[in-house]
Amino acid sequence: MIRLPFLLFFSAVLFSAGIYGVLARRNAVLVLMSIELMLNAVNVNLVAFGSFLQDAALTGQVFALFVITVAAAEVGIGLAIVILIYRNRETINVDEVNLLRW
Amino acid sequence: MVGAQEVTGAIADPGLTSLAWIVVLLPLVSFFLITFFGKRLPAGGAWIGIGAMALCLAISLGILLHFVQGGEASEASVSWFRIGPLEFELGQLVDGLTAVMLVVVTLVSLCVQVYSLGYMHGDARFTWFYAVLSLFTGAMLDVVVANNLFQLLVGWELMGISSYLLIGHWWEEKENSNAAIKAFITTRVGDVPFMFGIFVLTVAAGTSNIGRISEVAETGEASTLLITAGALLLFGGAIGKSAQVPLHVWLPDAMAGPTPVSALIHAATMVAAGVYLVGRMFTVFVHAGDVALDTVAIVASVTMLIAALLAMIQDDIKRVLAYSTVSQLAYMVAGLSLGEAGYTPGLFHLFTHAFFKALLFLAAGSVIHAAHTNNMSEMGGLRKMMPLTFVTFSIGSAALSGIPPLAGFWSKDEIISTAFREGNYFVWAIALVTAILTAFYMMRVVLLTFFGAYRGHGHPHESPPSMTGPLALLAGLSVVVGFLGAPQLNAVFADWVHFGEEAHAEPFSYGFAAVSIIGALLGLLVGYRLYRGWRERDPVRRLGPFYTLLERKYYLDDVYLKGIVRPLQYPIPRAVDWTNQRVLDGAVNAAAWATKKLSLGVDVVDKRAVDGAVNGVAFGAGATGGLLRYIQSGNVQRYAVFLFVGVAILAIAITRF
Repeated sequence: MIRLPFLLFFSAVLFSAGIYGVLARRNAVLVLMSIELMLNAVNVNLVAFGSFLQDAALTGQVFALFVITVAAAEVGIGLAIVILIYRNRETINVDEVNLLRW
Repeated sequence: MVGAQEVTGAIADPGLTSLAWIVVLLPLVSFFLITFFGKRLPAGGAWIGIGAMALCLAISLGILLHFVQGGEASEASVSWFRIGPLEFELGQLVDGLTAVMLVVVTLVSLCVQVYSLGYMHGDARFTWFYAVLSLFTGAMLDVVVANNLFQLLVGWELMGISSYLLIGHWWEEKENSNAAIKAFITTRVGDVPFMFGIFVLTVAAGTSNIGRISEVAETGEASTLLITAGALLLFGGAIGKSAQVPLHVWLPDAMAGPTPVSALIHAATMVAAGVYLVGRMFTVFVHAGDVALDTVAIVASVTMLIAALLAMIQDDIKRVLAYSTVSQLAYMVAGLSLGEAGYTPGLFHLFTHAFFKALLFLAAGSVIHAAHTNNMSEMGGLRKMMPLTFVTFSIGSAALSGIPPLAGFWSKDEIISTAFREGNYFVWAIALVTAILTAFYMMRVVLLTFFGAYRGHGHPHESPPSMTGPLALLAGLSVVVGFLGAPQLNAVFADWVHFGEEAHAEPFSYGFAAVSIIGALLGLLVGYRLYRGWRERDPVRRLGPFYTLLERKYYLDDVYLKGIVRPLQYPIPRAVDWTNQRVLDGAVNAAAWATKKLSLGVDVVDKRAVDGAVNGVAFGAGATGGLLRYIQSGNVQRYAVFLFVGVAILAIAITRF
C-alpha cells in the first residue's frame, strides 16, 4: 500500500507538467495531450482518495472511470477541431489561431 | 349634487312638494331648450316658454286648490352639501303664501309671454328674450318655494342677472345698458347686507332652513340682538330688490327695458321678491327687537310718499307706473311693518297689485307700441283709436287708485285701516296721503294719454290680439281678485295666507272704507280738474322749486353719481391700472427675467454637468473597454494563463480565509 502523500505528490507533478504543456507548447496536438495529463492527474487523485477513505461505494474510482470516458470524448472533439483548423489555416500552431481576437 | 334622498319634511305630502319642484324646474328647462334650440324652431321657441308657463300655471292652480280645500302646508328637502356642522339642503316649503305667489308669478309671466309675441315681434334677439324670460320666472319661483335661505339666495341672484339681461335687452343704446348696470349694481348694494343677514341667521339657528330659523326666533333660543341684526340685514336685501328708499333709484331707470319686462319685474318677479322675503321671514321680524319693524315702517312710509310725489310729475308713462310701483311696494312693506295684524293685508296687496300693475304696464306697452313714444305729451286722444287698451288701462288705474269694488281698494283699505287700528297713525296718515296722490297721478295719466286731441304724429291703432288678450284677462282679474280678501265674502285670502295658527280677518269698517274712498275720489277729482283740458304747461309745474326738486328726483341720483359713483369710478380704475402696470406686470416681468436667468444657469448645468456626466460615462466606458480589449488577445494559451492564475488565487483565497 503506497501512502497517500506520495500519490498526491505524484498527482501534483503530473498536473503541473500538464499545465506547463498547455501553456507552453505551440502544437495543438501537444496541448490536447497535456490536457490528458492533467485529467489523469485528477484521476490519480480521485482513486487515491477513494482508496484512502475506504469508501464502500467506491465513489472515487467510479468517478475516475467517468472522467476517462468524458476525456476520450473530449479528445475526439478536440482532435476533430484541430483537423478542421489545419484544413482551414494550414497550421496547428495555436499562436497563429487567434480568430477570437478583439 | 343631490345626495341621499332623505326627506326631512315634518308633514310628508310628497305630491304637493314634488309638484312645486316641477313648477320651478319647468321654466329652467325651458330656458335651456330655448337657448339651444329656439332659433331653429318656429316663432323662435317662444311657444316652449309659453307652454312651460301654462303648465306651471296649471300645476300652481292645483297647489292653490289644495289650500282652498283647507290643506296643510308641507315641506320636503334633500341634503345638498355639508360644510362642517352646517348642512345645506335643497327643498321646498309649500304653504298658502307659496301657493298664492306661485299662481301670481306663473299667471303674470304667462300673460307677459303671450303679450310679448306681439310686442317683441321681429326683434333681433326675440329667442334670447324668451329664454331669459323663462330664466327670470324660474328664478322667482325658486325664491318662492325655497325652504332655506341659501336656495332662496340662488334664485335671488339669478333674478338679479336676468333682470340685468332683460333691462339691457336693447343694449345698442348706451342709455339702456347704463340702466341695466344701474339696476344690477344698486340691487347688489342691497344684496350685501342680505347675504350678511343670511350668515347671521344661519349662525344663530345653526341651519339656513327657514322654518328652523323662525322657530329659533320665536322661542328666543338665539339672542334678540342677533335676530334683530339678522332682520335688519335681510331687510337691506328687500330694500334693494323691492326698490325702497334709498335704493329705489334703479327701478324707474329699469324702464329702459322692453315693456313686458317692466310688467314682469313690477308685478310678479324681482320687486315682489323683496316683499315676499319679508313675508317669508316674518317671524324673524316680529320677534326681533322693536327697532326692526320700526325701521321697516319708516323706510316704507318715506318711500311711499316720495315715490308718489315723483310719480306726479313724470311725463314718461312708464316712469309714472314705475314710481307708482315703488310707492305701492312701500304700501306692502308698510303693511307688514304693522306686525302680526299687518301680515295678511300687506301680502294681500302684493297679490292684488301684481294683477293690476301687470295690466297697467302691458296696457302702457300697448300704448307705446301704437304711439311709438313713451311721453304722454305726445299722446292724447287714444281712447278712440285703442278702445280695448283704454278700457283695460282705466280698470287698472281705478284698481290702483283704490276705487271699490276693484282689487286695489280691498287691499289698500285693509292696510290703511289696520294701520289705524294698530295705532300706527304715522303710517296711517302717510298711507292716506299717498292714496290721494296715487289717485291723482293715475287720473293724470289716463287723461293725458287717452283724452283730448291726439298730439303725436303717427297713426296709432289697436294692438294685435296676442297683446289685447292678456290685457282683457288681467283686467278681468283686477276686478275680481279683490273679493278674495273682502270681509263680506269671508276673506278667503286670509285663510290661505295668515300669520300664526289662526287666520284672523280684520273686521271690515265702513268708516275706514269711506275715508279711503273719499281720499281716492279727492285725488281723482283734483286730477280731473287740473288735466281735463290739455295745457302746454303742465299744471304740476306751478309747484315751483318743489317741482324742480321732484324733477331732479330729490337730487338722489346726483348724490349717488357725484358722491359715490364718480369718486369711485376713476380712482379705482386708476389704482387698478397702476397695480396692473407696476405690481402685476412687474411681477410677471420679474418672473420672466428670473426664468430667463434661471434657464441660463440650467443650460450651463445641462451642458456641463448632465452632458458631462453622460459623456463622461461613455468616455469612461470606452477607455476601460480600450484597456480591457488587450486582454482579448485571441491567444488561447494566454486565456488559459488567466484561468489558472484565477483558479490559483481562488484556491488560495478559499483555503486561507
